[in-house]
Amino acid sequence: MSKIKSVDFVKKYTMIIVLIIVTAFFAWRTGGAILLPMNVSSLISQNAYVFILATGMLLCILTGGNIDLSVGSVVCFVGAIGAMLMVNMKMNMWLAILVMFAVGTLIGAFQGFWIAYVRIPPFIVTLAGMLAFRGLSNVVLDGMTVSIKDCTTFVNLFGGGADCYIPDFFGNGSLNMTCIFAGVLAAAIYISIQIKGRMDKVKKGYEVEGLITAIMKMVIITAVILAFTYRLAQHKGIPSVLIWVLIVIMVYGYITSNTTVGRYFYAVGGNEKATKLSGINTNKVYFLAYMNMGFLAALAGMVTIARMTSAQPTYGQNYEMDAIGSCFIGGASAYGGTGTVPGVIVGAVLMGVINLGMSLMGVDQNMQKVVKGLVLLAAVIFDVVSKRGGKLIAKN
Amino acid sequence: MAKILLEMKNITKTFPGVKALDNVNLQVEEGEIHALVGENGAGKSTLMNVLSGIYPYGTYEGDIIYDGEVCKFNAIKDSEEKGIVIIHQELALIPYMTIGENMFLGNERGHKYKINWNETNARAAELLKTVGLRENPQTLIKDIGVGKQQLVEIAKALAKNAKLLILDEPTASLNETDSKALLDLMLQLKEQGMTSIIISHKLNEVSYVADKITVIRDGSTIETLDKRVDKISEGRIIKGMVGREISDRFPKREPHIGDIRMEVKHWNVYHPLYSERKVVDDVSLNVRRGEVVGISGLMGAGRTELAMSLFGKSYGDNISGELYINGKEVHLNNVQEAIRNRLAYVTEDRKGNGLILSNPIKINTTLSNLNAVSSHTVIDKDKEYNVAVDYKEKLKTKCLTVEQNVGNLSGGNQQKVLLAKWMFADPDILILDEPTRGIDVGAKYEIYCIINQLVAEGKSVIMISSELPEILGMCDRIYIMNEGKIVGELAGSEATQELIMSHILGTAGKEQTA
Repeated sequence: MSKIKSVDFVKKYTMIIVLIIVTAFFAWRTGGAILLPMNVSSLISQNAYVFILATGMLLCILTGGNIDLSVGSVVCFVGAIGAMLMVNMKMNMWLAILVMFAVGTLIGAFQGFWIAYVRIPPFIVTLAGMLAFRGLSNVVLDGMTVSIKDCTTFVNLFGGGADCYIPDFFGNGSLNMTCIFAGVLAAAIYISIQIKGRMDKVKKGYEVEGLITAIMKMVIITAVILAFTYRLAQHKGIPSVLIWVLIVIMVYGYITSNTTVGRYFYAVGGNEKATKLSGINTNKVYFLAYMNMGFLAALAGMVTIARMTSAQPTYGQNYEMDAIGSCFIGGASAYGGTGTVPGVIVGAVLMGVINLGMSLMGVDQNMQKVVKGLVLLAAVIFDVVSKRGGKLIAKN
Repeated sequence: MAKILLEMKNITKTFPGVKALDNVNLQVEEGEIHALVGENGAGKSTLMNVLSGIYPYGTYEGDIIYDGEVCKFNAIKDSEEKGIVIIHQELALIPYMTIGENMFLGNERGHKYKINWNETNARAAELLKTVGLRENPQTLIKDIGVGKQQLVEIAKALAKNAKLLILDEPTASLNETDSKALLDLMLQLKEQGMTSIIISHKLNEVSYVADKITVIRDGSTIETLDKRVDKISEGRIIKGMVGREISDRFPKREPHIGDIRMEVKHWNVYHPLYSERKVVDDVSLNVRRGEVVGISGLMGAGRTELAMSLFGKSYGDNISGELYINGKEVHLNNVQEAIRNRLAYVTEDRKGNGLILSNPIKINTTLSNLNAVSSHTVIDKDKEYNVAVDYKEKLKTKCLTVEQNVGNLSGGNQQKVLLAKWMFADPDILILDEPTRGIDVGAKYEIYCIINQLVAEGKSVIMISSELPEILGMCDRIYIMNEGKIVGELAGSEATQELIMSHILGTAGKEQTA
């Protein structure tokens, strides 16, 4: 019995276990460098766009393994428009942000219309979008780089430049006390939600997981939160972009697991015909997935130009691949219907750790790509084979 | 007496939860045409799948003795090597390949690395001549009619050096001329020494070509009639097909039938792809409060198409007709509107159209009425869980917990989850399409009890079923459907299996001569 349980445990937390092993491996190979405060902090800021895009990509993939190839170009296009508005046209920053969100969402709606209502394969529609918006970015920027260094509020708000951290309200020493407080608060909220949920379940007589497992899970996650915020506090504090990422994760985590709309994404990917015959407008579900992807691509566009403090026609290249890769590594099924936001985030972190670790080790850029490719392949092989009950070769 | 070419001895095949074949015996003599007849789901196709190796050796019990030796086929390839070739009901030709390419698909002429097209086309032309088809081997399959395609299938079988030809419903999609040509070809091949097995519903055809007829019912062989010995009539065959006692396999109920709840008038539906094909032809019917109305007919009679087109136009094109619910005319343009008018359609294809197999029972149960367990689009998961547990207990679904994935349940329990899903949508009218297909007798009984309970609550049930005993045992009134039309209406009390069958077959015969 306990053996079966441990197998289930490994299955459920495979990617987290892999993440721990990979991190430990790089900590060993880099002499602990990967765990230095500066590196932990840059893991967040470097990969913020991946977290945001992967969350949106998950919704597309849930509907049946459909991907959006256009996000990299849309990120670039939205960033280009934003930079032009703020720098060349001196538009108010908040208005520019609104326009950027509107443009991203419209692009998503445009592509979503063809995919959902006309049923053009997503691969084709978004491939077209990928080409078109890359070209348009060039047109908007006239092939040039537009610096947004002087839009300091914007840059700080979206996590670029040197001061893109939440200011420290309390201390002034080497340790950022605001960050520590935030970490303790987050841990406390997490623990109280867990305890309340468990008590509710017990009160209503539902099944609960074993007490020891629950406590262990709680202790580990609390420790991770505290260690993580402590590391950030040792550097410069909470990067502002982390706030955006956390909002996206929490909002979409909630939508996918607790709302009717979220349920429909899974249902369509699980069995579209059955979903349709259950009275659900499946066209609308596809449409929402792609429109939302455009919206989140806009946010990623802001994060990208803020971090680079400029807009360039080459930004956002291969971003779609990072997002898609994170989803599949994070356990989303290539056929749709399964996958969670936390899983995808773990996948994105794993990719980030591998990137960072290899860079620190001084591995050649090209070899890094090879390793990332193999990790992606291995993750999907694992998913497909384990669903087939462990048989490697498909029945002929 | 001629040599026995094929003998299938005590074949038993079980699927999870169902015994599809139970000690079936079949003897086929060399050079004869042997017909297999039986109702839908009697086990004819399963038996042929065992023979051809689709269900490999070891997944069934019993022996296949072919040409004097015991055979252990692991795949279709093995049986084809011995000369056993099966031609399935759905044609397996590739539309955008030529006749020649199709005939030698997987059996290419020439070398491994170079196909010899001259030989392919020459040999194809030869075989086309044998089957009497005057077409160029380089014509694309999509450009010839269904009747000719069927002949190509036979030519393809001959290309594999078939000694035993199995035809599963070969004339199902053919018109009368093409059917006649096909049957004559079978007789001609028999003259040349070919042995054939034909599965068919059309008894006039069976009595025309077959030397012997084996009747299968409920997964067992009932009898083998020999044309040379027995006097064969269609009535005699029907008796064998349906002749079983209806005992207390159906729970009793006191009918409390009220006013007309739903009425359909002059309903016409066309095929979504072949826009000229009328699938439902001027159908009018009604169902009353507290009534179970059956729709009987063979597969492909248009019953599912009728039901789905009523259910928010989920099937078909160019739908016309009137639909009244509680006396008011309604226009249901999509499933949402159908559900809002308290109509539910429980599909015959629970895996394909009904359930999300990779999701747990509770998610499937609430899917069509998710708003009932949520407020402001946020799902109340406790409520959802309770609903699922409620239905699990009410319908006696056997599962560990409602968190279990539906894909891991047996067919009967899947059917119950599907029923639970639609009962939770709180409909007044339920269309149940083959509600007991592929589930065992015990689970069937429980489904019947649920149906009785539904009508006792004043709901109306339309039951589509190919199983005559079920229709007779459960329905207050029976419509008989054939080729898209309603060809008869019987009160439950006056109906018998023979009467229904002759309605179906009789009309089929008239249609063909018309």
